[in-house]
Amino acid sequence: MIKVSDLYKNFADLEVLKGVSAHIRQGEVVVVVGPSGSGKSTFLRCLNYLEQPTGGEIVFEGTVLSNSQVNINRVRQEMGMVFQQFNLFPHMTVTKNVALSPMKVKGMGEAEAVELAHSLLGQVGLADKVDAYPGQLSGGQQQRVANARALAMEPKVMLFDEPTSALDPEMINEVLDVMKDLAHKGMTMVVVSHEMGFAREVGNRVIFMDEGRFVEEGSPEEIFTNPQNPRTQAFLSKIL
Amino acid sequence: MVLQVIKWSYAIKVLPNLLRGTVITIKLALLGVIAGIIIGTIVGLIRVNRTKILYQLATVYVEVIRGTPMLVQLVLFFYGLPQIIGYRMEPFTAAFITFGLNSGAYTSEIVRGGIQSIDRGQMEAARSLGMSYFQAMWYIVLPQAFRRILPPLGNEFIILLKDTALASTVTLQEMMRVGQIQMARTGQPFPVYVMAALIYLVMTLPLSQGVRWLERRMGAGDQGL
Ligand SMILES: Nc1ncnc2c1ncn2[C@@H]1O[C@H](COP(=O)(O)OP(=O)(O)OP(=O)(O)O)[C@@H](O)[C@H]1O
Ligand SMILES: [Mg+2]
Repeated sequence: MIKVSDLYKNFADLEVLKGVSAHIRQGEVVVVVGPSGSGKSTFLRCLNYLEQPTGGEIVFEGTVLSNSQVNINRVRQEMGMVFQQFNLFPHMTVTKNVALSPMKVKGMGEAEAVELAHSLLGQVGLADKVDAYPGQLSGGQQQRVANARALAMEPKVMLFDEPTSALDPEMINEVLDVMKDLAHKGMTMVVVSHEMGFAREVGNRVIFMDEGRFVEEGSPEEIFTNPQNPRTQAFLSKIL
Repeated sequence: MVLQVIKWSYAIKVLPNLLRGTVITIKLALLGVIAGIIIGTIVGLIRVNRTKILYQLATVYVEVIRGTPMLVQLVLFFYGLPQIIGYRMEPFTAAFITFGLNSGAYTSEIVRGGIQSIDRGQMEAARSLGMSYFQAMWYIVLPQAFRRILPPLGNEFIILLKDTALASTVTLQEMMRVGQIQMARTGQPFPVYVMAALIYLVMTLPLSQGVRWLERRMGAGDQGL
């Protein structure tokens, strides 16, 4: 579904991605772990071209993203993204947050879009919050709205950047449950997260990233219980 | 110097004339600020977007207008330009162009600041959903920026309203010019100019109250519009 080959990304003099390659298959849940500053967010943001890679290639469903003929807005409709800080639109109700892009990007009628929004918000357990503004919600609720907003475009893959790291501990589970639900429904997901429980339960593969490279990858079991690379071992011993 | 007797009755006598001038003053300020909002939004967006050549043009415009006195621009348009184009504009036209361009330059900075004050994540979230740059600007960034822009824009309008008095130098019969004529006619500068000042104050006081109200309302948060 997504094929990444030899991806490089520099910010001025700073080399952040130093040739990473990955193949993310349909229905797979890939969890990316690694120390702060290792380039996890940058990798994720390159996948939907919020950052333009300096070198290498990303092929999504047969489309080479670096091709200048490609309409990146089209591609992004198929790749949902949930941000660490959620980035909800504070000047709109939750319903409008979810309904806006189906209406403006896909040309869906308002009634249909609102219905879709209500249904998605119901699925993430926010049926009673449809008329609230983001500022009136808890972090966990905001996160779930961000989920629903991305899902409203019916993406083929969902990208999550530390979806629970901005949350109070008691809210983490409600969010992970929504994500697990999504994984069980067969959604292809790339998740930057250090939630071991989540990775073990629904993750097909864990990638350990360090200093701009994919150092080690394998099943959650392999990586968490029996890491081979010393850098993986050192990192895991710190967070476990 | 012998102190002149102040005849306050003249303040009332000249009032109808001053009010006729006030109509021109308000017209000039309103048209100026409308032109300023249109120019300022376009120029502000260009300066945010940083498209090479347009950006440089926009920057030159803003710097030239802000770096020269409005009085000089005004007399240049009215008295100077005829030497090149061969005819003299109507005073109102010259004043309108000057105030529109000025208001545009200052407004563009307000717009630019407003847009840049919106978290980058808002644009990114909108783009990640498949919106184009312009859709993201229009539906997500500008409505939020607008709330922050409104109070400084109100202040800009107040300044503009007072600055229209400069148009008296190009013979436009706005309030200040009318005041000068009445002063010469009656020989009573003090009551006439006090009256003129009062009229300006009557217009600006409610406006600055309104701006303060907006600031409080907008400061309350981003909810709704
Ligand atoms: N827009 C940018 N401009 C310059 N440098 C950047 C930019 N974005 C990221 N970086 C740098 O790139 C490096 C990798 O950042 P990135 O956000 O990808 O790391 P990360 O693995 O997600 O870290 P964290 O776990 O802290 O989120 C960091 O050194 C960061 O300072
Ligand atoms: Mg990160």
